[in-house]
Amino acid sequence: MTSKTVVSATINGERVEFLCEPHQSLLECLRDILGLTGTKEGCNDGNCGACSVLLDGRLVNSCLVLGVEVEGRTVTTVEGLADWRGLHPIQQAFIEEDALQCGFCTPGILIATKALLDREPDPSEERIRTWLAGNLCRCTGYEVIVRAVRSAAARLAQPGEEVAR
Amino acid sequence: MSAKRHATQPFHVVGTRPPRYDGADKVTGRALYGPDISLPGLLHGKVLRSPHAHARILSIDTSRAEALPGVYGVVTAQDLPETEDQTARDHVLASDKALYVGHSIAAVAASTLHIAEQAAQIIEVEYEVLPAVVDVMEAIKDSAPLLHETMKTRSLAGESQTPSNIASHLQHVKGDPAKGFAEAADDGVIVEREFRTAMAHQGYIEPHAATAEWSTDGHLTVYTTTQGTFSIRGHLAELLNLRLSQVRVVPTEVGGAFGGKNDGYIDVATALLARKTGQPVKIVMTRAEVFLATGPAPGAFIRVKMGATHDGRITAAQAELYYEAGAYPGAFVGAAANVIFGPYDIPHGQIDGYDVVVNKPKTATYRAPCAPPVCFAAEQVIDELAEKIGLDPLEFRIRNCAKEGTRQVNGSAHTDIGCYEVLKAARGHPHYSAPLEGPHRGRGVAQTYWGNWGAQSSCTVSVNADGTVSLITGSVDLSGTRTSLAMQAAEVLGLTLEQVKPSVGDTDSVGYADTSAGSRTTVATGIAVARAAQDVIAQMSARAALLWDVPADTVAFHQGAFTAGQDADKRFSFAELAARLSETGGPVTGVGNVDVREWGASFGTHIVDVEVDPETGQVTILRYTAVQDVGKAIHPGHVEGQMVGGVVQGIGLALYEGYVYDQEGQLLNPTLLDYKLPTALDAPPVETVIVEVPYPKHPFGARGVGETPIVPPPAAIANAIYRAVGVRMDQIPMTPARILKKMGVI
Repeated sequence: MTSKTVVSATINGERVEFLCEPHQSLLECLRDILGLTGTKEGCNDGNCGACSVLLDGRLVNSCLVLGVEVEGRTVTTVEGLADWRGLHPIQQAFIEEDALQCGFCTPGILIATKALLDREPDPSEERIRTWLAGNLCRCTGYEVIVRAVRSAAARLAQPGEEVAR
Repeated sequence: MSAKRHATQPFHVVGTRPPRYDGADKVTGRALYGPDISLPGLLHGKVLRSPHAHARILSIDTSRAEALPGVYGVVTAQDLPETEDQTARDHVLASDKALYVGHSIAAVAASTLHIAEQAAQIIEVEYEVLPAVVDVMEAIKDSAPLLHETMKTRSLAGESQTPSNIASHLQHVKGDPAKGFAEAADDGVIVEREFRTAMAHQGYIEPHAATAEWSTDGHLTVYTTTQGTFSIRGHLAELLNLRLSQVRVVPTEVGGAFGGKNDGYIDVATALLARKTGQPVKIVMTRAEVFLATGPAPGAFIRVKMGATHDGRITAAQAELYYEAGAYPGAFVGAAANVIFGPYDIPHGQIDGYDVVVNKPKTATYRAPCAPPVCFAAEQVIDELAEKIGLDPLEFRIRNCAKEGTRQVNGSAHTDIGCYEVLKAARGHPHYSAPLEGPHRGRGVAQTYWGNWGAQSSCTVSVNADGTVSLITGSVDLSGTRTSLAMQAAEVLGLTLEQVKPSVGDTDSVGYADTSAGSRTTVATGIAVARAAQDVIAQMSARAALLWDVPADTVAFHQGAFTAGQDADKRFSFAELAARLSETGGPVTGVGNVDVREWGASFGTHIVDVEVDPETGQVTILRYTAVQDVGKAIHPGHVEGQMVGGVVQGIGLALYEGYVYDQEGQLLNPTLLDYKLPTALDAPPVETVIVEVPYPKHPFGARGVGETPIVPPPAAIANAIYRAVGVRMDQIPMTPARILKKMGVI
C-alpha cells in the first residue's frame, strides 16, 4: 500500500484538508474521500464531461487531474453553485427550461456552463454548442440545454446578479 | 378516421408544463445515483472478464488473489447454487465456457477499488480458446462454430434435427404473397434490397452500479440503478435460491437507461461477494465494461421485397430478418416483425425472423428494441417504390397507410390508431413544402409505429391531514414519470400538483410493478394511479356521508369538493374532509392495481433535410421535424423532451454509432472517444409536432411516447441522402467512408 499525502485546498469556498493516495484522481477524492458525489463518473477517460469541475476557475475533467495536484488550489463543484441566496441562476434556468431528464450529466454541464458564462457573458448558440461539445447528454438532444444556457446568460445580466455568482 | 374519439375535456393539471419534481435535487448534486451509494464498512468489488470471445474454461485459481492484503473474498460460478435457468446463471458468472469478450468469470471484494482491480488481474484462468463467430450471416452457416453445442432451432414446426446457432425462427404469413408479387410484376414495380445494421449501445452516461448487504438472518438488500426493481428482485432470488421476501431492492436515481437497465449484470456477483465477506460490497462498472458486458442492441441483416401497382397500391411485402442475439438467445425479433410493415395496409405478406447467437454480449432492449433496423430497411424500399411509380413519398404512404381494423402481416388488427393523422400532419407541415435549394441537398421522410406495453403496475395514494396526498408506485422514474403520474393523481383528485408528493418505493414498501420499459409507465401506471385516486374519492365520500348522515351514494365529488344534493351546508373541500379522517374511522389509503393487456400504438412521421459534402462524405442535418401521435400529452414539455431525445439517439444510430469487432471477436471501440455519441455540435434543433388522437383505454387518452421517435431517423436520413447525392445506403451507421464508397469517390 502506498503512503498517503495530505492535500490542502479550497473546495466550494471552504478550506479543507484530505488524505489521498498519489494515484487517486481528483474525481475519486471528491466522491470517495470528501463525499461530494454530485460530480459524476461516466467514463474515467476524459470523454464524457460528467466529472467537470472548475480548478482555479478553469474547466477540467476531474478524472484527468490527480488529487495531489490541487494542493493550494481552488475547486468548484456542483455542490458549490447554490448559496444562501438559493439556487444559482444557471440552476434556475435549467429547471425552468426543463433542460434535463435523467440528470446524470447535469452537474458537469452546469459547471461547464458556469465556466463559459464567467468569461463570455453573452455567447452565441454556436459558441454554446462548441463549448459544450465535451459534455455528453444522452437524454435531451441538447436543444433545451442550449436554451437554458442562453436563459442563464440573460438572468446573470440582470442588475444585482453579476456579483459573486 | 376512427369513430371512437374522446371529446376534448377541460383539464386543470393534465396538459400543463410544471417544473419536474426531481429537478432541484438533480441540479444541486443531491440526487443519489447507483454509484453514489455508500454504506459503513463498504468493500469494493471488481469483476474479472474473459479476454476471449469463445473459450472453454479449464481451471480458475483464485489463491494468489485471495492472499493479496486487502482482499476479503473471491467468487466464481462455483459459489452459485444450481438453478433451473442455466443460461441466466452462466450469463452472470460463466461456468464452463466464456462466450464473449467481457463475459464475467470471477469477482473480487477488497478494501479499495485499486486493490480489487489488482487482485482480479492475478486470478489465474486457464482457457482453451475456441474459434469465434461474430457475424450473424456467418453464424447461421452449417460450418460455423457452435456457441451452445446442444441448442436446436425452435419454430412453430418444432425443433430442428441438428444443433444450430439459430435459436428460433418465427414466421408470419398473410394472404398469398406469390399472388401479390405477381400482381405487381404484371402492372407495377417490385423492389428487393438487403441491409445491414451494427450492434449499438444505449449509451447512458451512468454506468451500472450495485451495492449489496446482508442481514445476519439472511435478508439481502441491494441498492441499484435499474428500470425494474421487482425484476431484479426476481433475478436475485432465482439465482441465489432465496424467497422473494428475502430480497429487498432499493432503486436509486437512474442516470439514463433506454432499455439497457432492465437486466441485472453485476447484482448477483455483488450479493455473492457481500455474503462471502460478511460486509457490504459495491460494484461499479467502468465504461469499457459497460460496452463489453451489458446488453447492447443487436445488429441485423435484413432482406426486404415489396411490390406495388402503377396506381400506387402496395400488393405484397416480404422480409427476412436475421438478428444477432449475442451470446444467448433472446433478441426481440418479434418486435421487429411487428414494426417492419406495421404502418401499412398490406394484402399479402410474409415475414421470417431468426434469433441468432454470436460471440458478442447478450443483447437487450434499446428504446423500441429491434425497430430502427427494420424501419431503415423497409422505409427505403417504400421510398424507392414511390419514386419508381412517380408518387410523392408521403402521398404513397398515405394511400397505403394502416387504418382502423387494418390486419397486419403478424395477424393482429390495428385499433384506435393515428397513422393517417400523423402522415397528414407531416404533409401539411411547412417543412414539407419549404423549398430546399442548393447542390447535394435532399429531403427524406420515414414512417413508423411502436406498440405500448401495458403490464402490471400498482399505486397507493395516502391522504394526509392537511389535504395533501402521498403517491407511491413501484415504477422507477427514468425521465419524469414521478411528475407525470402526480399530475394524473392531481387531475382526478382536483388538487394542485404541489399537493401531490410522488415517490418510488422499494420492493418491500410498495406493490408489484413490472419494469419501466416499453413506453408503459405514464400510460399503464397512470391507469393504476387514476384507480387509486378514485378509490380515495370513494372512501372519502363514505366519510362525508357518515358526517352528514346521508346515504353514501348521494355524495358527489366534483372539482375538488364533496357535496350531497343541493344543500349548501353539505360541502367539504378535499382538505376540509382530510382534516376529519381521524374522527371518522382513521386513515384513507387508495389502492390501484392493474394488469394492462391492451397494446396501444404511437405512430410517427419524420421529415429531414440533409446536405452531403461530396468530398468528405460528411452529412449535415439542415432541418428536422418529428410528428407523433401521443394520444394526450400529459406534460407536453416532457413529451417534446422524449421526442427530441429519441430523434437525436436515432441520428446517432444513423450516422455515428456502431460496435466494431474484429474477426476474433475483440471489440475495437469500447470507449466514448471511439464509439461516438452525438454531441451538442452534432445534434440539430428538432421541431416537434404533437398530434393527439386519444387512446380510449387511458383515462386521459395518453399513449406511450418514448420509443417511437428513435425509430425513423436512420430511414429518413437515408432517404434524404439518396435525394442529395443519388446513392442508396444499405448499412448503418452511414459513416462518411461508406457514403463516399457508395458515391464511387473512394
